[in-house]
Amino acid sequence: MSNKKQHILEHPMDDLLRMDRIPHIWCPGCGLGSDVAAFADGLKRAEVDFDKVAVVSGIGCTGRVAGYIKLDSYHTTHGRAIPFATGLKLANRDLTVVVFSGDGDLFAIGGNHLIHAARRNLDINVICVNNFIYGMTGGQNAPTTPLGAYSSTAPFGNYEAPFNLVGITAAAGANYVARWTTVQARRLSQSIATAAKKKGFCFIEVVSPCATVFARKNKGGTGLDLMKEFRNRTVIDHKADPTQIPLTMDDEIVCGEFVNREDPTFWENVQNGIKDQVEKNADWEKIQSEKNKRLYKKTLKYEGSRDIG
Amino acid sequence: MKQWERPFGRSKPETVKGEVKIVEDRCKGCGFCVEYCPCDVLELSDKFNKKGYHPPYAEKLEECTACKLCEMICPDFAIFVIEKEEEID
Repeated sequence: MSNKKQHILEHPMDDLLRMDRIPHIWCPGCGLGSDVAAFADGLKRAEVDFDKVAVVSGIGCTGRVAGYIKLDSYHTTHGRAIPFATGLKLANRDLTVVVFSGDGDLFAIGGNHLIHAARRNLDINVICVNNFIYGMTGGQNAPTTPLGAYSSTAPFGNYEAPFNLVGITAAAGANYVARWTTVQARRLSQSIATAAKKKGFCFIEVVSPCATVFARKNKGGTGLDLMKEFRNRTVIDHKADPTQIPLTMDDEIVCGEFVNREDPTFWENVQNGIKDQVEKNADWEKIQSEKNKRLYKKTLKYEGSRDIG
Repeated sequence: MKQWERPFGRSKPETVKGEVKIVEDRCKGCGFCVEYCPCDVLELSDKFNKKGYHPPYAEKLEECTACKLCEMICPDFAIFVIEKEEEID
């Protein structure tokens, strides 16, 4: 009887999830499920047409989001989520394309794709879940692992300085850059709603706990302990310079919406470029005929000079 | 704080009441909802679900104000809140 009763219970997010694949395989204490919930809530807040949303993700723990969310979704090769999203957006410009992927996928193997998408100011939203480590493959050192953190391939502590994700994208020219942790679920979903409505390259970094690998290697306790630590260390400062706020093991995590500007997007630039060319070459046939006349004269001259010579 | 005078003749300000629903077999017992409930409604129970985790239960359901933070923060989509209709005394 009790089982039957529970079966009837319908979660309000069930309409955005592929229920045949739920429960998901993410570990207990992982923040990824919360991020997906915030994403679904943000899309509902933004009131976008769900038929015109496409979710693209790469490989990794976060790459599984595309499989769990019941929208048009695309699970691509490792690190190439942004090239696929670029093609998707430019071929069908009515779509709201969201790239939902992890730090290893977007910044390690796909680092150049992300930087150049930000430089071109492509009209896509990128949500990067940063858990400081390669989670799915067993906790190897990632380009986002903070200095001094332990991982499977850094048993004496990490010696490599990490990337500052918000700093890179802000410097590369993104239109909207924000950083939140999983604890600030409402602010995160508000940020996702803002990005869904905004034009241009929108980047949201979500600092998320990895209970099984990162917490275990660094004596961080459970996922809940990491969440408490994030909450204690978080400082919300919207006016902070994104290039000056790297993530470290002990210092504060500065969160906020750092960049919010209205630069022209890639497609607007293409349109403007084509328009200028069309205006310049409005009387194309006349220009061509004059050019041909000139060329004809030139060839005559050349032949003549050769004969004389 | 005890009120000396009742504003507008009402005994108590009306607040929205919530009803917590838990899909117990989806829960993985991470404890996020118990930690982040602003009204401390939830508590981890002693019983086991199908997978062997301890799902939460609503210990002080009358204090739930339907803020829906547990719904947002649950990583397993296992908890949600329905707004109760107001009972008129």
